Amino acid sequence: MYVYDEFDRTFLQERVDEFRDQVRRRLSGELNEEEFKPLRLMNGVYLQLHAYMLRIAIPYGTLSSDQLRALAHVARRYDRGYGHFTTRQNIQFNWIKLEELPDAMADLARAGMHGLQTSGNCIRNTTTDQWAAATPEEIEDPRLYAEIIRQWSTLHPEFTYLPRKFKIAITAAKHDRAAIRVHDIGLRLHRRDGETGFEVIVGGGLGRTPFIGKTIREFLPRHDLLSYLEAVLRTYNANGRRDNIYKARIKIQVHEIGTEEFTRRVEEEWAQIKDGALALDDAAIDAIRAHFKEPDFATLVDDPPELEAAKADPAFARWHANAVAPHRKPGHAIVTLSLKPVGGPPGDATAEQMDAVADLADQYAYGEIRVAHEQNLTLPHVAQKDLPALWRALDVQGLATPNIGLISDIIACPGLDYCSLANARSIPLAQDLTKRFADNDRIADIGRVHLNISGCINACGHHHVGHIGILGVEKQDQEFYQITLGGKANHKARLGELLGPAVPESDVVDVVERILDAYVELRTDPKETFIAAVQRLGIEPFKERAYAAR
Amino acid sequence: MTSPLQQKLKITGPTVITANRLTDGVVVWLKADGGWSAGLADAAVVNTSDDALKLLGVANADENRAVGAYPARVEIAADGTPRPVNLRERIRVGGPTIALPGAA
Ligand code: HEM
Ligand code: SF4
Repeated sequence: MYVYDEFDRTFLQERVDEFRDQVRRRLSGELNEEEFKPLRLMNGVYLQLHAYMLRIAIPYGTLSSDQLRALAHVARRYDRGYGHFTTRQNIQFNWIKLEELPDAMADLARAGMHGLQTSGNCIRNTTTDQWAAATPEEIEDPRLYAEIIRQWSTLHPEFTYLPRKFKIAITAAKHDRAAIRVHDIGLRLHRRDGETGFEVIVGGGLGRTPFIGKTIREFLPRHDLLSYLEAVLRTYNANGRRDNIYKARIKIQVHEIGTEEFTRRVEEEWAQIKDGALALDDAAIDAIRAHFKEPDFATLVDDPPELEAAKADPAFARWHANAVAPHRKPGHAIVTLSLKPVGGPPGDATAEQMDAVADLADQYAYGEIRVAHEQNLTLPHVAQKDLPALWRALDVQGLATPNIGLISDIIACPGLDYCSLANARSIPLAQDLTKRFADNDRIADIGRVHLNISGCINACGHHHVGHIGILGVEKQDQEFYQITLGGKANHKARLGELLGPAVPESDVVDVVERILDAYVELRTDPKETFIAAVQRLGIEPFKERAYAAR
Repeated sequence: MTSPLQQKLKITGPTVITANRLTDGVVVWLKADGGWSAGLADAAVVNTSDDALKLLGVANADENRAVGAYPARVEIAADGTPRPVNLRERIRVGGPTIALPGAA
């Protein structure tokens, strides 16, 4: 858990005071909308269809139980009793009043939280693996570096007004859970000859023009992280197109000038600043490390008798097989809490659920909670002997749906129910799909499928990298949806392929079901996953079946 | 305040001006007296581009009360009240089409 120091707290308080003053001047008419809009965006405040939306950063996806309680409090006091966890380790409140925003922000600041770097053309909240510091796969805690990046990028004078927003993600595990190849910069920590460093991937992104990022450096010694990032940002900033927002992202620049030339420019810039003020020494890294207090792990053994006995209950056994992952410490486990109940809006949690999870984290998980980009919550450090009791408590809160990684674990953006940019709704479609795929035996048999929905081409719901991607489009005031197959967000990231003509809203669930029925028939054996079958067979057999009944 | 784009405003039927209230973002419609209402039924309905432009000018000059004003097509129901014609505007009138979490 990162422990904020006095400086951070003072800084946040000053920012709240400043925003309070800006809101006051806007409400009195001293500032007009054009002047105020960039100021509110800098604090994570958007105007949506029905109300203001406040986006709060959850840096590297880590929350303390007290922070989660503060979010529950804001949901209850200033909103309508719930919040929406997003694919970028943020939470959004949909119903905040401008008049009350400064008070809400002050309450959040007391818990060390804020909306800075969650909107606008700055370096956004750096995201990472929700299993950081818990998974045995990892070589070092990636959050250290996410925090180093946060400190460097927060209000970096040169990068506060970039040509466009800029998103960085980092992982230290072989299995990429942070979707680093679809970020402006992706960083993968790995080891070479005993040294720790980063693979640097640049120019990934979704939206209107999706790209998988290109590796511009296989190995960057960790001490050079900031100088190299600075060189990438400077190269981008110097050449970035500010004339056309559709072309202003780094992905377009890398694509237009080519990976090789872009790399050459970065390396040239880097050579000049490499040994300057941004070089990190061990003392600087250790100072950050000291802020991440490791829990005082109990000495335990794997597979305790309490756990084995509980598996006699098939419902527990099913959940355990689905939502629990191995931990680096013996006798511990990582637990994923599904925010995808059958019929619920993906990623939403009520204030009661947040409070309950905070209490459970205190009781069973060293007071720590994580937010996953798949819009679920994680308790990263749970003693295996406590799993049965935790499961019962989660089940009461509707947080134990055994569907992690399965067809009903849908990523969905807010869509037209909230978003002023949307073409079509996302949430009702997700709800209908979870209802169609409500049978736990059936979804377990279908196995791993990532279905992602966006309500427009901005791709907040990551549809391009869903095994099944669904994109809302509008045709003569009617909602239609394009379907793509074969996308992946992990270390082998690729973009999905368009299946065929867009289908009307009323047909989408049937089409998805026919695609999955086709998979079940066509797979070589139950071990061949959906995505493996799509890669082996191509989209044709699925296309045939999908449109067969029309 | 009127942008060149808006000056070319073409409307194709009964139209209202809508925006979000500054203080809390609530959806509002411009009334004939220049005030704003949170009910579409109170909205001033215009039928020509000139009138729509004029009304939009009034709205844009009042951005300390309502922001992001734009014209929206409506249809007139049998009882004479305006109704939204597309899904986006129906959602702005009626709120999200889903049950809100915690409300059940
Ligand atoms: C509801 C208010 C929201 C608005 C107005 C909004 C707006 C946008 C826009 C305009 C883009 C495209 C940016 C570009 O191409 O440069 C974008 C991208 C993105 N948004 Fe949102 N968004 C919203 C909510 C969300 C939510 C709820 C999530 C997570 C579920 C999200 C996650 C993302 C992500 C991951 C991208 C990156 C796609 C890329 O790589 O370009 N956004 N958003
Ligand atoms: S994808 Fe489009 S509809 Fe969905 S939240 Fe993003 S901008 Fe809104």
